[in-house]
Amino acid sequence: MGEIEESILAVEAITLNAVETAMDSDSPWRSSLHQLRRNRAAMIALGVLLFMVIVTLLAPIYAHDIAHDNPFASNLQGRIKIGNHFRSVMQSNTQGLGLGVTPIGPTWHFSKYLLGADELGRDVFARILYGGRVTLLIGFSSGLICITVATVLGMLAGYFGRATDWIISRALDIVWAFPIYLLAISLSVILVTSGLDLGIIHIGAGSLLLPILIIASVYVPYVARPVRGIVFSLKERDFIQAAIASGASDWHILRKEIWPNVAPSVIVFFPLMVALNILTESALSILGIGVQPPQASWGTIINDGLQLLYTRPWVAIAPGICIVIVCVALNILGDGVRDAFDPRAKLRGSI
Amino acid sequence: MSREDPPTNAVLSVRDLSVSFATRQGVVRAVDGLSFDVGAKEVLGIVGESGSGKSVAMYSMLGLVRDANVSISGSVRFEGREILGLSDTEMQSMRGGEVGMIFQDPMTALTPVYTVGWQIVEQLRAHSDMTKKAAYERATELLAEVGIPDPKSRVNHYPHEFSGGMRQRVVIAMALSCNPKLLIADEPTTALDVTTQAQILDLMGRLQATHGSSIVIITHDMGVIAEIAHRVVVMYAGRPAEIGPELDVVRSARHPYTWGLLGAVPRADIKTRRLVTIPGNAVSPLEVPTGCAFAPRCQYRMEICAQRPPLRGADDHLDACWLSDEQRLVIRSSATVRGES
Amino acid sequence: MLRFIVKRFSSAVLVMFTISVLVFLIFFATPGVNPASRIAGRSASPAVLRHVAKEFGLNRPLPIRYGLMMFHLFIKQDLTSYVNIGDKIIPQITAAAPITLSLIFGAVVIWLFVGISGGVIAAKNKGKFIDPLVMFFGIAAISIPVYWLGQMVLLVTQGGLHSSIFAWIPNGGYVSLTQNPWQWALHLLFPWLTLASLYAGIYARVLRGELINNMNEDYIRTARAKGLSERRILYRHALRCSLISIVSLFGLDVGVLVGGAALLTEVVFGLQGVGWLTYQGLQNLDLPLIMGCVMYGAFFVVLASAVVDVLYAYIDPRIRVVA
Repeated sequence: MGEIEESILAVEAITLNAVETAMDSDSPWRSSLHQLRRNRAAMIALGVLLFMVIVTLLAPIYAHDIAHDNPFASNLQGRIKIGNHFRSVMQSNTQGLGLGVTPIGPTWHFSKYLLGADELGRDVFARILYGGRVTLLIGFSSGLICITVATVLGMLAGYFGRATDWIISRALDIVWAFPIYLLAISLSVILVTSGLDLGIIHIGAGSLLLPILIIASVYVPYVARPVRGIVFSLKERDFIQAAIASGASDWHILRKEIWPNVAPSVIVFFPLMVALNILTESALSILGIGVQPPQASWGTIINDGLQLLYTRPWVAIAPGICIVIVCVALNILGDGVRDAFDPRAKLRGSI
Repeated sequence: MSREDPPTNAVLSVRDLSVSFATRQGVVRAVDGLSFDVGAKEVLGIVGESGSGKSVAMYSMLGLVRDANVSISGSVRFEGREILGLSDTEMQSMRGGEVGMIFQDPMTALTPVYTVGWQIVEQLRAHSDMTKKAAYERATELLAEVGIPDPKSRVNHYPHEFSGGMRQRVVIAMALSCNPKLLIADEPTTALDVTTQAQILDLMGRLQATHGSSIVIITHDMGVIAEIAHRVVVMYAGRPAEIGPELDVVRSARHPYTWGLLGAVPRADIKTRRLVTIPGNAVSPLEVPTGCAFAPRCQYRMEICAQRPPLRGADDHLDACWLSDEQRLVIRSSATVRGES
Repeated sequence: MLRFIVKRFSSAVLVMFTISVLVFLIFFATPGVNPASRIAGRSASPAVLRHVAKEFGLNRPLPIRYGLMMFHLFIKQDLTSYVNIGDKIIPQITAAAPITLSLIFGAVVIWLFVGISGGVIAAKNKGKFIDPLVMFFGIAAISIPVYWLGQMVLLVTQGGLHSSIFAWIPNGGYVSLTQNPWQWALHLLFPWLTLASLYAGIYARVLRGELINNMNEDYIRTARAKGLSERRILYRHALRCSLISIVSLFGLDVGVLVGGAALLTEVVFGLQGVGWLTYQGLQNLDLPLIMGCVMYGAFFVVLASAVVDVLYAYIDPRIRVVA
């Protein structure tokens, strides 16, 4: 699990670095950041988000040092001590014919099965902490990959125009016209079950990289199209025309003239994309083609909870609440970032 | 002209109109003590830079300033009836019925999703009980009257299918559809190219003659005033700077601000073609000086300008400036004033 | 207008072609995956594998393979499952389609109605109590996973309260419209509400923004100058123009709805529509079934968005000329 932890921190570090470099270069950035800092709703949202990230990062500490259980191993015979009483994790049914067992419900004791157990007797609260790491990792990293790829494609298409634009735009059009979830389902059902083998690169079937890449790729047109539009209109502007006339290299113009003008919109898109990706991940996990066992995500835990909906509703309720909290925070933060950086930025024409 | 009694034949008579907005930075007096009359079949020009309060003055008296923080005081009489404080419904029947309006940008003034005929018919039927068929016939007539070729088919076209000049003709047709007593035109030619400007002004002049409406034309362009107006109100920072007959104001302007405006007209007949601008920026409505509002930009500023000058003068040519007649004579005889040609 | 319709639908055909090629590539040409064993399932005998290879021409050139796939899917419609051996896929899809269409139709009606009225109410009461409520609902709508909301609805309506205040709700399942319209609506009511509530929030929020922008447009001032009533200005002018962006948004959402939200809603509520079929396919790794559902679903979406675009051109005259 150390791998995930490092990855989350790495993603955060990249984001922070990008923001800091941007801050050093220009004063509009400074004023935008200042405006964002004064937006109380957005700052509260950011606080909530950081809180969730930190809490999920503490998952191993909780599992090892507080709950003393392994949330990834089934625990059908386990017994826990609450006060002076011992209780089985899996309890025989008292209702009906008395056949089968029901996992223990929420104990509301922080250190022991706070939210009860799932069908395999695993500690749901500990699993939610671990699942959150996976969900957040997928959300943030697929958001980062999607936005990076989309920005590069959008800038190339918008800047070079002609054949480059035609090829990129047609490719984007195809993905755009394909209903997002159907595309993700098609890709997932092939890749998640047999892995991806591109000769040099081999990605195993259960790897988290697959859902990350799939989610990142289906949303590329959402970002690439508006970026292309922005670059297209920028190219008409005098300062770009002057830079072209002065013989500056394309790379220089893209980096020094175009990118600073595209960046505010891209930054606006990021939190919104992360929220969208988290929702997509959990949807795919529900369908069984997202995160694969033994890994857990909030989506897979909700799926586990479907079986127990009427007997142990908290298994499904709790991870859902986590998703809603994180996505509301991301969307409120996104609105704040939009107001501060680029009020006209629109993702897919709506959100 | 007596300042107190409106002439009996005045269509519109404004007395001491003030419009202010409560903003977070303080109270903004957009219009401050404006008085004028518009006689029957008269064309009154209101001229000033943007932000001088000329549009706000006209919009506010017609209830078109829909801001919760606005307060309007003074008196506005339309055909002898006080219209400030009329109810929404009374105001609605007046707008579009007895008072028509033309706006600056014909490209955005029409609702994009309806045909021009539909939009004219909508207004006709809001103010009369015409049948749809009769209203469409009247709309076609109106389009013909404002010089739109092939009005029978054009009546069913959408705004985006017309050029800017043609759209402005549609807007004029709409404004005149109910034979209003008063037509208010807010910068009707500003968004148009020079040739079209001349055509539209010409059209307005002709229609004014046939329909017999009075016109208030709001503009920042002294050229437009010279073309069409009978009388002129020059506004600066929400206050009247000079009021008088068009010929008097254009030929023998009395207020330094008017001199500046006249200098700022790009004139084809002057060889130098130099665009003269008034030095400095229009005063911020938040920081209007207590004395003469124009003083900070005025090159003839005196000590007394720290007090607000009254609007005074001989006959019907009034101005709000502390300069004496002798001083003006000296200034005007020197070459600094370009308004005279 | 007719030219526009023809143009729009011929481009839809082109889009359907590219989508089918993409599906083909994903299912039959993903590197490192043997399509025969994928289609035939995990423990298929060599004979079955040979049959699959022959059926889809797996040792023949790519274009022929593509042609064979399309032939089995759309022309002969004899695609069969190797999980539930012998089950014909296409008849299953056509049998399930009315359920999915019923779900979508009802949800769309509710969501547009609630979304539009919510947007109008929020815009009218800008800055008052109801306005931030709609705004917050809009944020919540893009933050709640639809299947989770469905589960919560089930929990409330089918759980402990089912014996008391929700006793009037059927125990799930589906009754067709032709059989009993009232039961049809009753069975679908909560799936509809689940699906519609999220979109209604988004649309109310978008419409509110559009209306407020449009109310500041010049043509609204013209409408006031014409002496129209505020009511007429709001509904006939501002709302009419704002609907343009709502319809264009709707065109985009049809795809997300059919492919995603409706599928998940069917799964949660156990409605045996095309989405539920897809889910079954995913559970059993029944590739032909998934392929059939994806292809038919995608084609439906493309045609539906073409219809929405025609509607779009109908309400925005500026589009007709450009196109």
